[in-house]
Amino acid sequence: MAHDVPVIQLKDISFTWPGAGAPTLDGVNLTIETKDRIGIMAPNGSGKTTLFHTIMGLCIPDAGTIEVLGQPMKTEKDFEQIRSRVGLLFQDADDQLFSPTVIDDVCFGPLNLGFSPAEALEQSRAILDRLGIANLEDCITHKLSGGQKRLVALAAVMAMEPELLLLDEPTAGLDAGVKNTLADTLVSLSIPYIVISHEFDFISAVTNRIFSMEKGRILTDDEVHIHQHEHMHKLGKFPHKHV
Amino acid sequence: MDESLARQESWMHRMDPCVRVITAVIVSFCAALCHDVNILVGHVLMSLVLVGMAKLPPVAVFKRLKPLFWFLVMIWVVMPFTHEGEPLVLMGPVALTRPGVMLCVNISLKSVTILLYFMALVATMTVATLGQALHCLHVPDKMIFLLLMTYRYISVIQSEYHRLLRAAKFRGFVPGTNIHSYRTYAYLAGMLFVRASRRAARVYDAMRCRGFNGKFHTLDTFSPGVVNHLFLTLVSMTALGLVVTETLLM
Ligand SMILES: Nc1ncnc2c1ncn2[C@@H]1O[C@H](COP(=O)(O)OP(=O)(O)O)[C@@H](O)[C@H]1O
Ligand SMILES: [Mg+2]
Repeated sequence: MAHDVPVIQLKDISFTWPGAGAPTLDGVNLTIETKDRIGIMAPNGSGKTTLFHTIMGLCIPDAGTIEVLGQPMKTEKDFEQIRSRVGLLFQDADDQLFSPTVIDDVCFGPLNLGFSPAEALEQSRAILDRLGIANLEDCITHKLSGGQKRLVALAAVMAMEPELLLLDEPTAGLDAGVKNTLADTLVSLSIPYIVISHEFDFISAVTNRIFSMEKGRILTDDEVHIHQHEHMHKLGKFPHKHV
Repeated sequence: MDESLARQESWMHRMDPCVRVITAVIVSFCAALCHDVNILVGHVLMSLVLVGMAKLPPVAVFKRLKPLFWFLVMIWVVMPFTHEGEPLVLMGPVALTRPGVMLCVNISLKSVTILLYFMALVATMTVATLGQALHCLHVPDKMIFLLLMTYRYISVIQSEYHRLLRAAKFRGFVPGTNIHSYRTYAYLAGMLFVRASRRAARVYDAMRCRGFNGKFHTLDTFSPGVVNHLFLTLVSMTALGLVVTETLLM
């Protein structure tokens, strides 16, 4: 990967869900560099998930251009190639777990990439081990707890060795222990990532820039100053400006 | 939907999936062609041998046969009395006819044996493996995808249904035979399809994000050729033999 090329470059991206009154993304500009670890904190419904799905080519923007890993994304073919290099952790792990057993599911990606069964198994076991869930290998996916499902889904994404990670609310419903495992894993990665979360502590531990979203636009850290403070006010748990 | 039969170990499980699918089709077809009770008993025995070879737990097998049993009970209640023919036993105004009983025996043996064949040969592979088998039998990929996704979405719809019903019950919904209950069920059905189709779309998106392009790959490794072909030949020949025997006896 060339170092001066941005990992992601979105220019004036607009997207409106069919039937919705206002656009969900309204002229979004976003540039992510190789060293960036970005957190997004924004209210529910502000379009964070839609933004990720647009980057993956699951939502086709009405206007604007997308470049991922230095390649302009225009057709479904372009996105197909990039999807194996960008890992998206879905907001709901149930959407992602598809195979009956954990190991089958984690191997699904590597097998699609053309790995042999033996290589896929080796790779997947290493990832499960790294996330501390090697013991779940033969478990039935739909019988796992919420936190276990999320770790398995993360393992499934990481098994594809992505060059960029997009994590959609990975901390929702996790206990403190699992959250720490997750934070440690993220910090130890050498690839850039974007994390959506509502938890300030987590976000500030694993990222070096924090963005927000409002009215279909991204507010970068120059525009918002997000910080933790003790006083309470309306909507105090969301990022807000002190002018 | 947890493919419990597929997650066991046996000689049958390691058999080439392609060979298993072909064998299942041949033996089922042969069983469907037979009419003679003795020949059909032969088929039942062979299907039991295959089930035994797959080391399927009897309880699990019985559980899967249960819906069929209910269907057969219904047939046994109606058919023997309504079919025309020589009466076997007279019970007041109604008569148990011989052809009626024979037909029931026939239907029962055939359906049980075909189900057992499929359990031993096809239910012993995961859905992904079945996809792979159909692929090497040159079934079009689009059709395989449709088939396998239908299977996958049945469990999606099922779990959405349970979630919705639970939500309704927690809020004090007691099913009854009144307008309120019917309306609630209508809403549930409506929501079910909206939610299931949304989720189905997301599951498909998630698969695409992991490099899925319509082709299934699996982790399973299968035993080499010779054993497979021997098995295919042996089982198919026995099944065909039963058909031929019946034709010759007639
Ligand atoms: N599949 C969909 N169909 C129609 N509208 C949607 C869909 N998904 C999200 N939206 C709408 O887009 C807006 C942003 O949703 P989303 O991107 O999920 O927000 P966030 O992830 O920030 O909570 C919401 O107003 C939501 O109603
Ligand atoms: Mg979201």
